[in-house]
Amino acid sequence: MSTGPSLNGGDNRARLIALYGTMCRIRAFEETALAAHKAGEIPGPLHVSIGQEGVAAGVCTNLRRDDRITSNHRGHGHALAKGAGVSGMMEELFGRAGGHCRGKGGSMHIADFSVGMLGANGVVAGGIPIAVGAAQGLKLLGRDSIVACFFGDGAINRGPFLEGLNWAVLYRLPVLFVCEDNGVAAFTATASVTAGPGVVARSEALGVPCLSVDGNDAAAVDEAASRLVAEIRAGAGPRLLHATTYRITGHTSTDPAAWRDPAAVAAAKEAEPIGRLRARLLAEGVPPSFLAGIEGEARAEMSQAREAALSAPWPDPAIAWEDVQDSGAVEAH
Amino acid sequence: MAQVTLVEAARLAALQEMRRDPTVWVLGEDVARGGLFGQYRGFLDEFGESRIVSTPISESMIMGGGLGAALVGTRPIIEMRIFDFVMCAMDELVNQVAKVRYMFGGQAKPAVVVRMPHGIWRNSAAQHSQTLESWFTHIPGVVVAVPATPADTAGLLVSAIRSDDPVLFFDPKNLFPVTGEVPEVIDPIPFGRARHARQGRDLTIVTWSALVPQVEEAGAMLAQRGIEADILDLRTLWPWDEEAVAASLGRTGRLLVAHEAVTVGGFGGEIVARMVERLGPGGMKAVARVGQPRVPVPFAPPLEDALKPDVAKVVAAAEALVRR
Repeated sequence: MSTGPSLNGGDNRARLIALYGTMCRIRAFEETALAAHKAGEIPGPLHVSIGQEGVAAGVCTNLRRDDRITSNHRGHGHALAKGAGVSGMMEELFGRAGGHCRGKGGSMHIADFSVGMLGANGVVAGGIPIAVGAAQGLKLLGRDSIVACFFGDGAINRGPFLEGLNWAVLYRLPVLFVCEDNGVAAFTATASVTAGPGVVARSEALGVPCLSVDGNDAAAVDEAASRLVAEIRAGAGPRLLHATTYRITGHTSTDPAAWRDPAAVAAAKEAEPIGRLRARLLAEGVPPSFLAGIEGEARAEMSQAREAALSAPWPDPAIAWEDVQDSGAVEAH
Repeated sequence: MAQVTLVEAARLAALQEMRRDPTVWVLGEDVARGGLFGQYRGFLDEFGESRIVSTPISESMIMGGGLGAALVGTRPIIEMRIFDFVMCAMDELVNQVAKVRYMFGGQAKPAVVVRMPHGIWRNSAAQHSQTLESWFTHIPGVVVAVPATPADTAGLLVSAIRSDDPVLFFDPKNLFPVTGEVPEVIDPIPFGRARHARQGRDLTIVTWSALVPQVEEAGAMLAQRGIEADILDLRTLWPWDEEAVAASLGRTGRLLVAHEAVTVGGFGGEIVARMVERLGPGGMKAVARVGQPRVPVPFAPPLEDALKPDVAKVVAAAEALVRR
């Protein structure tokens, strides 16, 4: 088994700084989007992953451009970490013509096939069969790419979770299942609606080896993902990464999640992944100004993307009729 | 031209396309054993287990996995075994397969064929005999194919496999033993073109799928009674051949739609509505529909017979229509 990249010395420092940069960009993107949503610039529902950035960053740093991912309704971070273009993402949230999906998908359906991002999904567990099938297709075509499949702890109570893991084992498919366990399924504590000990036990029962990791420790996520990805690339079949994390914000941008214990929320904010990695890097002697520079660049990038999206053209209503189907497409009128 | 059964025609079409294109493959329950109806007989020996994949009874994965495999550039034939089981894969079909191309602004190419042997299957009762093709015409993003003859099944399946659109292919399972001629090289039959099954001047009968042979038999009986029916087998319901129906109706002035599905909410209602929109409320002399009553398909033979559209019901409806 490959042990993955070394996490010692200068290479390690650069890798941690890259992780830090990815997380800062995700955070800045989502904070900017939240502000834009509050200002009425972004229509529709918006699910942000503030506090969960360590999982997206730590997993995707182990993926190649020709690897694929599927995501869920809380997918901005996965898309950004996989390399999706920011302007296309921001314009998509704004419903503008230059969005990755031409303004037809919005936040919940972000996709950027050019970087292997096969789509966020508005249905919990909806991405699991697609990810597994993509891996089967890649195998049939003789490619050596793998597929990472992001889903939340709420998804493990849906049938496609069982079907997908079973299937991936049967056909020994190159899939990394990533369960981002933030402990809450929409507004309900997952533990209160889940029998048994949870995702790892279910996964192991189906023969999918797992690693559990503190998802708020991006370096630990990176290290675990790197081990699992190496095994998958070596042809060992599917693996599952269980990453515990915390959704600092509500289910949607308009949900204050006021039912939560304020002490728990405060504790979670102390443990959030960007602050954690910042503290580590500072302790290792990285100058605060250097990290501030990364943070500032991320905020500036996203702020510019917001400005650009706000002045970007709306889609021509005529394109509402396009991209439906070739045979039997209806004509615009 | 070879004389073959309808199910053999379908087998030959899939065989031809899998030989032509190595990205075409099949997934579904028992397909490596030849499929429930023998529609994939011999495929395992020729194509191996990576291209004829017998799967667990996991409809969500069968449908969603086929979609995922299409998104990376393969052309899966998704075999649902019996139509009624697609209900276990409705999220994957309706929310995913039918939507990805549009939701992602044209980035996705969900080039799948979903084969669903449907229709009343003698004494198989309510969960193995449904005829719900009308539902799927209501979902943007998909083609709905409902062939009734060996040649049409073969030609439409070739089109379906080559199409970049998701094609919902309703194999008429009760007609699998019906024989007909199929050419050595099976050419694609375009979607949206009706087959003009019989020429007549007295009324237009529009039909598809399992009811086609019975409507044709009814046409012959009506002719003996001096009524000449113009019979159109639509072959696909989306797109459907509105022009052919309108042209026929222009000649006959009388419209009978006959399908095996429940009449209420059936696609016959859409056909009638479109013709009224085109021709105006006074544009036809008479209109009627034949289909199942809004009752589940029962098990016992006399019960099934009581509800099932058949030759006698089509003849009676046609005779009543021309008298009006």
